[in-house]
Amino acid sequence: MADNAPAAGHAHEDHHPTWSIYWKVALFLTIVTAIEVSAYYIPAWETSWVYVPSMLIMSAIKFVVVVYYYMHLGYDHKVFQALFTGPLIIAILTLIGLLFLFSKLAIRIGLLA
Amino acid sequence: MTASTAPTPAADAHAHGGGHHTSLGLDNRKVAIWTFIGSECMLFASLISTYLIYKGRSPQGPFPHESWTNPTTGEVFKPILNIPITSASTFVLLMSSLAMVLALAAVQNRHVPKHSAWDRILGSSKLWLWTTCLLGIGFLGFQAYEFTSFIHEGLTIRTNLFGSSFFTLTGFHGAHVTAGVIWLFTLLAIDYRRGLEPSDATIVDIAALYWHFVDVVWIAIFTLVYLIK
Repeated sequence: MADNAPAAGHAHEDHHPTWSIYWKVALFLTIVTAIEVSAYYIPAWETSWVYVPSMLIMSAIKFVVVVYYYMHLGYDHKVFQALFTGPLIIAILTLIGLLFLFSKLAIRIGLLA
Repeated sequence: MTASTAPTPAADAHAHGGGHHTSLGLDNRKVAIWTFIGSECMLFASLISTYLIYKGRSPQGPFPHESWTNPTTGEVFKPILNIPITSASTFVLLMSSLAMVLALAAVQNRHVPKHSAWDRILGSSKLWLWTTCLLGIGFLGFQAYEFTSFIHEGLTIRTNLFGSSFFTLTGFHGAHVTAGVIWLFTLLAIDYRRGLEPSDATIVDIAALYWHFVDVVWIAIFTLVYLIK
C-alpha cells in the first residue's frame, strides 16, 4: 500500500501490506514462475532471441516483488533501502564486469558494417 | 497476556532482550541484518558469476542441457538438469515465503480480536512458522534428491567445471536454507515456551528478511542456472 509509505522514523513499522496483498503476491509469483517454465518447453519461444531477455525480465520482476512486498523494503527506512540496493548494484555490476572479462558478454559495435 | 496488561513496546522489548536504537532511531538488529544481506548479495553474485563463466567450458560431460557421449566408453549421458523437479521445489520455496510473511503478520496482530475460524488460522504464528519450516525442509528434500540423482548419473563436484560450480552454488544456497530452517525452529521454540508477542515482531522480522533473501537468491539461480540454456 503505497499510500502508507513512510518518510522516516518509526511510523513505517506498522504499515506493512495486508494479508490479502500477501496472497495476491504469492499468486502473482506462481503465475510468473509457471510462464517461465512453460517458455522453457515452447520451442518457438525457447529458440527465439527474446527468450533470454524475457526470462531475465520475469526473474527480475519476481525479485523486485518479493523484496518490495515480502521484505517490505518499499515501506522501510531509506537507510535499509540503501544498505540493500547499494551492495546489490555493486554485485550486479561485478557480475556483468566478470562476464565481459571472460568473454561471456560482448558489445557488437557496428562501425564496420 | 491481555491488551490491558500488555507492557509498552519499548519496555517489553528491553524485557525480552530487545535491541538498541541507532542515532537515526533505527533498530540496530535491523541495520545488522540488512548489512548482512547486502554482503550476501555480493557472495552469491560471485558464485553465480563463477557458474556462468565456467558454463560451456567443461571438456567432458555430463552437461546441464545437452546430451553427451563418453568417447572412451560410448556411454550416453542425458541432459542432467531436471526442470519439473526443480520447478516444484521453486514453487515450494515461494510458498514458504508466503507462510513466513503470514507468520510475521500473525505475531504483529496477536492481540487483534479474531472473529472467525479463518481469522484464527491467519492469526496462528505457530501454524505459519511450522508451515515455513516444513516447506523449507521440503525444498531441502528436493535438493537432496537432485544431488543424489546427479551423483548416480555420474556428475559430482569433481567431475567437470559444470559440476564444481553447480554444486558449489546450489550447495551454498542449500546451506543458507538449512540455517534458515534452524533459525525458524528457534522462533518456534520461543513461541511454544512463552508465546511470540507483538513486541517480538522485530526478531521474527529479522528471520523473515533472511528467509525472503534466500528465496530471492533462488529466483535468480532458477532462471540463470536451470532455465537459460
